[in-house]
Amino acid sequence: MATLNVLILVCLGYVVLLFGVAFAADRLAAHGGGKWLRSPLIYTLSLSIYCTAWTFYGAVGNAARSGLEFVTIYLGPTLVMVSWWWGLRKLVRIGRSQRVTSIADLISSRYGKSNTLAVCVTILAVLGGTPYIALQLQSITLSFSIFAEADPTGLYREGSSVFWVAAGLAVFAILFGTRNLDANERHHGVVTAIALESVVKLFALLAVGIFVVWGIAGGIGPMMERIDASEIGQWHVDAGRWTTFIFLSAAAFVCLPRMFQVMVVENDDESHLRTAAWAFPLYLLLMSLFVVPIAVVGLDLMPEGSNPDLFVLTIPLSQGNDWLAMLSFIGGFSSATSMVIVTAMALSTMVSNHVVMPIWLNTQEGTASVSGDVRTIVLMARRVSIAVIMAFGYFYYLLSGGGAALASIGLVAFAGISQILPALVGGLFWRGATRTGALVGLSVGFFLWIYTLLLPGMQGGIIPPSVIENGPFGWGWLRPQALFGIEGIDPMVHTVMWSLSLNTIAFCVASMLSFPSPLERLQGAQFVNVFDHSAAPRGWTGSVAQSEDLMIMTQRILGTIPAQEFFQAEARRQNGRPGRLPEPTPQFVERLERELSGSVGAATAHAMIGQIVGGASVSVEDLLAVADESAQMLEYSSQLEAKSAELSRTARQLREANAKLTQVSRQKDAFLSQVSHELRTPMTSIRAFSEIMRDTDGLSADEQTRYAAIIHDEALRLTRLLDDLLDLSVLESGQVSLNMGDATLTEVLDRAVSSALAGEGRALSVRRVRPSERIPLHTDLDRLGQVFINLISNAQKYCDAAEPALTISAHDVGGQVVIDFIDNGDGIPPEAQAMVFEKFARVGSDKAGGAGLGLAICREIMHRLGGEVAYLPGQGGAAFRVSLPLAYRQAAQ
Amino acid sequence: MTARGEGEDRPSSVRPLLFLERQSYRRRRLVDAARLLPFLGAGLLALPLLWPDETDGAEALPLSSAMFYIFACWGLLILISLVFGFAARRMAAREKAEPETEPWQR
Repeated sequence: MATLNVLILVCLGYVVLLFGVAFAADRLAAHGGGKWLRSPLIYTLSLSIYCTAWTFYGAVGNAARSGLEFVTIYLGPTLVMVSWWWGLRKLVRIGRSQRVTSIADLISSRYGKSNTLAVCVTILAVLGGTPYIALQLQSITLSFSIFAEADPTGLYREGSSVFWVAAGLAVFAILFGTRNLDANERHHGVVTAIALESVVKLFALLAVGIFVVWGIAGGIGPMMERIDASEIGQWHVDAGRWTTFIFLSAAAFVCLPRMFQVMVVENDDESHLRTAAWAFPLYLLLMSLFVVPIAVVGLDLMPEGSNPDLFVLTIPLSQGNDWLAMLSFIGGFSSATSMVIVTAMALSTMVSNHVVMPIWLNTQEGTASVSGDVRTIVLMARRVSIAVIMAFGYFYYLLSGGGAALASIGLVAFAGISQILPALVGGLFWRGATRTGALVGLSVGFFLWIYTLLLPGMQGGIIPPSVIENGPFGWGWLRPQALFGIEGIDPMVHTVMWSLSLNTIAFCVASMLSFPSPLERLQGAQFVNVFDHSAAPRGWTGSVAQSEDLMIMTQRILGTIPAQEFFQAEARRQNGRPGRLPEPTPQFVERLERELSGSVGAATAHAMIGQIVGGASVSVEDLLAVADESAQMLEYSSQLEAKSAELSRTARQLREANAKLTQVSRQKDAFLSQVSHELRTPMTSIRAFSEIMRDTDGLSADEQTRYAAIIHDEALRLTRLLDDLLDLSVLESGQVSLNMGDATLTEVLDRAVSSALAGEGRALSVRRVRPSERIPLHTDLDRLGQVFINLISNAQKYCDAAEPALTISAHDVGGQVVIDFIDNGDGIPPEAQAMVFEKFARVGSDKAGGAGLGLAICREIMHRLGGEVAYLPGQGGAAFRVSLPLAYRQAAQ
Repeated sequence: MTARGEGEDRPSSVRPLLFLERQSYRRRRLVDAARLLPFLGAGLLALPLLWPDETDGAEALPLSSAMFYIFACWGLLILISLVFGFAARRMAAREKAEPETEPWQR
């Protein structure tokens, strides 16, 4: 008979073995050896801390009570593992690229490095984790008590044994879980020890199972018959519980802090998931393979009322197989210890990074680089947290009395921790998920979990029975176990359904209604699109950051030698010269932040770097503001550009106008002399001939008549000139009154041609296209005729062809009557074209004797008539186009 | 743990041009299969809910058959996952070897 003393000795021996393995693995890893420490097998085995003592012992108990339902707890994780390609792979990639230290850190990092969220998740994890630790302590104590009952000589006291177990586990977790500060680094010692424990517990359960099937039942066939004949021998599961538990265990598998620790934080190589994807489900299958046979045989063999949770232990004992019982005990012990150690590690990282460090940083405002050794403080915080968490577990165990109330706590903890799921999944796959959404969702889920499951389940009546019966204030629809009046649902299913669905709805709605901060949006993009780019968001500028301060701070967090190595490597990268401090470039500060976040969490690292980089820290908001500003400047400068273009356009126009003005003024001067000349020439002849007539006696009548005629002609010429000037000034001042009449274009042209060609002068042949001229006009016919006459006589005067000819064609262009006058001469030289319509302009010499007012008058007339006259370049000869708006014609019809 | 040789190509299947395209096509379909696997699993595991139990009046299914079914499904999932794990490994090795493989080739 194995005595209690032997058992304790074996236990201690086992613990010493674990210490040895952990120590050796740490040594091996530190010396760079032990490639197998990083193998996928170790990774897979470390995942099996999912199977705690609750599953080791409790699965059989569960099977004895409700048949195959126990298997749901293993099926959920199996489904998660087989969907690793789009679930866990992303999670692990993010965990590695963001150097995430815990599930709280991941959530906080995703939602803009928000510490509030991290604190919420931490509280949730501690609340869910503490009873779970108590459950492990209970299982160890219970298994001790089984041996104590069997050994009447032993002096066994339950309370003290629990205390020593808790203390021992705390010491182990502290020794191996907080050796190095970088929580993101692998704890090879712990992980290897856990892997060993996984092998032990699997081996133990398989051994008991094989003993039961082949040792007691006599093979597989008889075992199956025995199963069908037993009281649980018929298929019976509650559909709600079946699906809920599969879902719940899948959710908890991802969200549990300890699972996150081994799965993401301790992950060494993403490709390990490939192996774990089939190997871990296989492990779970093996773990549950013999559960039903053990339960059935236990129900057969053990006396009525014995605890089915302990069949794994009591069956070998009752069959006198002490060594198997011992092995089974070690298996259960392994399950409990590994779970407690990893949970304590994970929770302590969360507590120290998200609760203790922020508080400490706040009390040390602005002094991250000069105050005491951060490293010791973080490690201290972590160790104290482990001790405190273990103490919580211990006291919870004592307070709850260690009774059956604990048995259900596993699922209760699952339901609690699963509240993280919406924020987690939303954060990984939905860029629109915001911090507010996560906070609201978590709070809703958390509250509902406490209200509908945790409090009603507690012994001692924290919620008075009347509230459970009738709801608070007598509001029946708020009864904790029948929300909204829907009764008759299994309490577990009820809680999971309501809390998770309302949590998800709140999360989605609040996310959609709120607007994320820039940092959140950056992190969101990084998380959701982690496979596209795995870079960190930029946020620092190092212009003022002091390398020395950074160095001092880094030393305090990472330790002197790792910090120096990090800085040296950076210096080498920057300028190839080790031995100097690197420049605090943004990239370097960013890398440093990532490195530090591996030790103290993203939010804290961000805050600490912020303290040193201080005023020079450029938040993403600042960057966006800068971007905004530069966008504005860009717009402003483009406006300026447009303005300057406009200005230069105006300047060009001004220059042109000025040139024209100068030309006009020159023309005016020229004209004044011309006018003087024009006036003087007739005046001179008038004066000369009148003097002759006055002073010369004896002029013949013939001579007198001739001289008087000359005087008369010259006076007429003067009058004509003055008439023209007067006409122009009347037209220009707008005082002209139009004498509107109706006629066709043909009539007007006929009159104009005949009067223009009436006088003596060179012969000009006029070609006309009469059919096109049958256009009725309503306008001032005399004025229009004047224009035509002017144009025709111009052609007559200036056309330099040997046989001058003028083509007059009329047509309808775009709602206007257009009449072109084109001669066959050389035309007007291009430099003069712009000036022909100016007053006093004359092309070439004044051989024709005009005053240069004709075309100016034409332009004014056409202006008054609502049309225009323009020079048509490129027609061979001089070409003028007169256009009249068609409206005049229509008005006439 | 890695079995030897699982990442290597079988030399018999070398057919340069066609082979490449076919290979990347297979790769995509494999990933599709991996994505669908959890749904297959969920479907298989939801099936037992349709089985009769004693509350239906009909004769309930014996627990041994139920166990057999569930463990068989479980084993099947593990097997497919194993196959995909090895295939993914080969994929990763090949993608490393031919980084020019276009991601849009589907």
